[in-house]
Amino acid sequence: MAVRLMTERKVVPYTGNMATAEALRQINPDVVAAYPITPQTEIMHFFANYVANGLVDTEFMTVESEHSALSAAVGAAAAGARAMTATAGPGLALMWEILGVASGMRLPIVIPVVNRALSAPINIHCDHSDMMGARDQGCIMLFSENAEEQYDNVIQAVRIAEDERVRLPVIIGMDGFIISHSIENVSLLTDDEVKKFVGKQTLTHSLLDIDNPVTHGPIAMADSYMEFKRQQREAMMNAYKVIREAGEEFAELKGKKYEHIETYKTEDAEYILIVMGSAAGTAKYTVDGLREKGEKVGLIKVRTFRPFPYYDVVDVIDASNVKAIGVMDRAETFGGYSGPLFEEVCTSLYTRGKIYPITGIVYGLGGRDCNLNHIEEAFDVVKRKAAGMDVPPVTYLNLRV
Amino acid sequence: MIEIRWHARGGQGAVTASKILASSAIRERKYAQSAPDYGAERAGAPLRSFNRVSEEPITLHCMVLRPNIVVVVDPTLLKTVPIFEGTDENAVIVVNTDKTPSELREYLGVKGRKIYTVNASAIAMEELKKPLMNIPMLGAISKVIDALVSIESVEEDIKVTFGKKISQELLDANLRALERAYKEVKGE
Repeated sequence: MAVRLMTERKVVPYTGNMATAEALRQINPDVVAAYPITPQTEIMHFFANYVANGLVDTEFMTVESEHSALSAAVGAAAAGARAMTATAGPGLALMWEILGVASGMRLPIVIPVVNRALSAPINIHCDHSDMMGARDQGCIMLFSENAEEQYDNVIQAVRIAEDERVRLPVIIGMDGFIISHSIENVSLLTDDEVKKFVGKQTLTHSLLDIDNPVTHGPIAMADSYMEFKRQQREAMMNAYKVIREAGEEFAELKGKKYEHIETYKTEDAEYILIVMGSAAGTAKYTVDGLREKGEKVGLIKVRTFRPFPYYDVVDVIDASNVKAIGVMDRAETFGGYSGPLFEEVCTSLYTRGKIYPITGIVYGLGGRDCNLNHIEEAFDVVKRKAAGMDVPPVTYLNLRV
Repeated sequence: MIEIRWHARGGQGAVTASKILASSAIRERKYAQSAPDYGAERAGAPLRSFNRVSEEPITLHCMVLRPNIVVVVDPTLLKTVPIFEGTDENAVIVVNTDKTPSELREYLGVKGRKIYTVNASAIAMEELKKPLMNIPMLGAISKVIDALVSIESVEEDIKVTFGKKISQELLDANLRALERAYKEVKGE
């Protein structure tokens, strides 16, 4: 039995990595597979300490690659274990093949990811290319703004992944270094509260159930493959509802509500930015500053990227006084019109018959700083778009000239 | 909100000091951040670290642009990195040097700003026998800025951070270094 450490709620000075490791300790997974990669390595350093000190019951597996880490989690989850791993950037890229195996086998593996740029050139700092590269591998994807959100999202992810209407892997991203290595206030739940919230997994088709033998991950030829994929699509649609339910229940527990999107001063906004991750926090501060000057600006933060909350996004835009929208992507889609978030927002609007001037903004690649001035620049681009001025499909923020 | 920028070299403990400062502020039920500017991490290379301390929640997640306080841990950085970047006339500059504040002001040729000096290198060598100037610098800034954190909170956090990792003797030496810098820092 795991030792109880947190018997009362506390606000602690934690980095994103510390908060994630604390969530893992409180979840007390059956199996955790680990392979080091900056800036994720720390999570497993902290967790390995918990294992060594007997604070968790976890079978901790150190493996030889990220491909192996997720493969080990797949095997464990198929056996019926609550399995987790964590990675970053190129590590997630190396997991790519197995991500599809995990989702195709409908295994509820929870994967915290520390968002890091992909090579080349080699870069250890933040952007969202890693998760965007894994976008179509069938995993639920949440993005956290800060360390506390990452803690809260990882705890909720267990419930979301294991819900029988869903049973899909969940990837939870936080921005590398900006969140993973920065200390801020994090409000923790008690061990018992987390234990009760995540509950026990209901065993479904366990490989170890020898009385009811099953096969996992067999071949499916042209006569059945599409039915599997169609079921995955339905599971992902169900996840939309389950994520909301988990968020509501979490709000009852902690008082902080988690929805698919978070809106900030959009009601009467004429210019709206849409963003994911830590830049949303900086953007909120910028919105406050511009509002003091009388500018009608607002922000939509997307928390759930898969399944994409297209209704939520359009409803908020529709209820505002928007004249133009800027969508901020921390990833490239080379050769596409703009970034992946931009494309989702455009599709959401068009399919509801809502056409607004909209422009793509790429920022923060490879850890490039995105500060107040850059968010103001982004709003300037949106204003130019609203005024009918010529704006390129993609504007790069804070680019050296 | 108070924003701080640290200038140091890799290996001098500035990142740890910045973390201790944020932890101490959170201990006092304030809101705080500590964000190192991670580059190519190697001993001796110039580095920066940032702090924010506030009575209100902090949503900013970017580098500090206009610091209220600049801490220079290594005096050899005074003229090699732009230590005054983004500071206005009211900024507070806390420097590890054997110079007095007025000597330093003349050396740097700077007007305005409040300048504080403390010989953290000497304190570190005498108390810790090593050039670890981070803890004395923490002592100095907790003296200089009343509203930041109390020295008691910093002491408490040093005990938590170092407690199990170093000997009682070394922990006591760190606390003495903190206390001495708190008393010896001078300003104008």
